Amino acid sequence: MKTITSSWGPIRTIIKRELAGYFASPVAYVFIVIFLLLVGFFTFMVGGFFERGEASLTSFFIWHPWLYLFFLPALGMRLWAEEKRMGTIELLLTMPVTAWQAIVAKFLAAWLFLALTLILTFPLILTVNYLGRPDNGVILSGYVGSLLLGGSYLGVSSMTSAITRNQVISFILSVVICLFLILAGWPPVTDFLTRLLSGSTWLVDTVAACSVMTHFEGFQRGVLDTRDILFFLSIASFGLFTTGVIIRSRRAG
Amino acid sequence: MIKVQNLCKSFGPIAAVNGLSFSVERGEILGFLGPNGAGKSTTMRMITGFIPPSSGSVTIGGEDMAEKPIICKRMIGYLPENAPAYTDMTVSEFLQFAAELRGMRGNRTQQAVDRVVEMCSLKTVLHQSIETLSKGFRHRTCFAQAIIHDPDILIMDEPTDGLDPNQKHEIRALIRRMGEEKAIIFSTHILEEVEAVCSRAIIIDRGRIVANGTPQELKNRSETAGAITVRLTGVSTAVANTKLTQLPLVAKTTILEAPAPVASVRVFPKPNGKEGELGLGIYELATREQWKIEELRCEEGRLDDVFRSITLSETATEKSS
Repeated sequence: MKTITSSWGPIRTIIKRELAGYFASPVAYVFIVIFLLLVGFFTFMVGGFFERGEASLTSFFIWHPWLYLFFLPALGMRLWAEEKRMGTIELLLTMPVTAWQAIVAKFLAAWLFLALTLILTFPLILTVNYLGRPDNGVILSGYVGSLLLGGSYLGVSSMTSAITRNQVISFILSVVICLFLILAGWPPVTDFLTRLLSGSTWLVDTVAACSVMTHFEGFQRGVLDTRDILFFLSIASFGLFTTGVIIRSRRAG
Repeated sequence: MIKVQNLCKSFGPIAAVNGLSFSVERGEILGFLGPNGAGKSTTMRMITGFIPPSSGSVTIGGEDMAEKPIICKRMIGYLPENAPAYTDMTVSEFLQFAAELRGMRGNRTQQAVDRVVEMCSLKTVLHQSIETLSKGFRHRTCFAQAIIHDPDILIMDEPTDGLDPNQKHEIRALIRRMGEEKAIIFSTHILEEVEAVCSRAIIIDRGRIVANGTPQELKNRSETAGAITVRLTGVSTAVANTKLTQLPLVAKTTILEAPAPVASVRVFPKPNGKEGELGLGIYELATREQWKIEELRCEEGRLDDVFRSITLSETATEKSS
């Protein structure tokens, strides 16, 4: 217990600093405002929120994998690239802090920021509750899934951010990787793969199983499946683990 | 306090640091000298645990950096090259962040911040964002961060780089004052700084130690150390030079440039001569010849010369001590 509390101290300090850093620059405000505007646009205009005639947030959550595809790499690209560019990584890692604490703390800060942004979409919940009788359990599960989905993207972004001191490169790399995670289970792609690998459906299924889409779907229907939760958490952990390996190897020269 | 043994670091095929060994005790200020790319920063980064050595070990206060990095890092304050800092924070936020990462809480944090703000004269910029600070203030902010937990060991990579002469003077005074009870290592290219501050200096070149001693010892290795420079009037340069060469104690002389009526000659003693003998000899010669002595100065030797001769010579690596 003592080790947990003592390793939590620096993590909390770094999270605090990171969050303060988001809000000290326009990054946070631009991110939140644009995200909310786009979410609104897609939900109401493209997703046909009213035309569906049902009190649910399906037309809201359905866009999350795509919106996150651009927003979260943008949020995550600065995690380590910025530290490297400014040289503060040398300051941070010579403090009595382990690399793991720093990596986890920075990730958690970005994740908390995403959670905050999601909380700000609460008017949608009020709207559907005003208009009808939605299943609020399904909505909650949608939010949980969305947050987990975001966590996995941020893990990937953390990794690409550690590779380079250039934020643009980090952004592009993580968009590509996240896009792969989306497309792997997208019907046109799976159909194409089925035709390509005629017969070996297990291979297609394996690729499709890597897709965030298939795992996110359950949450939108209100199903909290342990496997789906584990899937997102393991992508995030893999991203963070790789971040650690990259940072360590970069220093080892 | 700091013990470095056989430290090596290679980046790919390039050996940046190659077998360094030295130690620094409490109360010592070690100056780290060397041309650019000699491996100064790499060495400091290994001592502070930022990069792991390829081989060799760093021991901080009796603990091995590779085995107990957190315990070691607690004892160290570090000012990296170019004084990096989180530019989006204000000075006070930044120092508080550093204090908290050092494990301070509540009241102690504020006390520590107040102390270093006072020591580094940062009061006027306390609530300014670091981005907007001048280089001098920014440097001092990062310096303040390094001493916020009053560490036993202080490691500074070019602490006076880019500061104006007054700021340099301030920082040097601060380092000297803290050197009384801490073990300090700092790197610099400025040789006068080594003379002004250090109790010992190490010159490294191409990853190896090429000289190690007190600033005075190093200066004595200079070619001009112990030589005497005279400026005479009432005699032509040529005559003065010939007569001086004939003195029994003189090994050789060189003629220095001087405006017309003055003859200026540097006289090098024979290696076995006693201290003061040569000066007396020159004085007696001048009196006998009725030359007027404008200046008679014993050269202390210049660190610049030592630095240049050691780091430029091809055989430098073999002389390593």
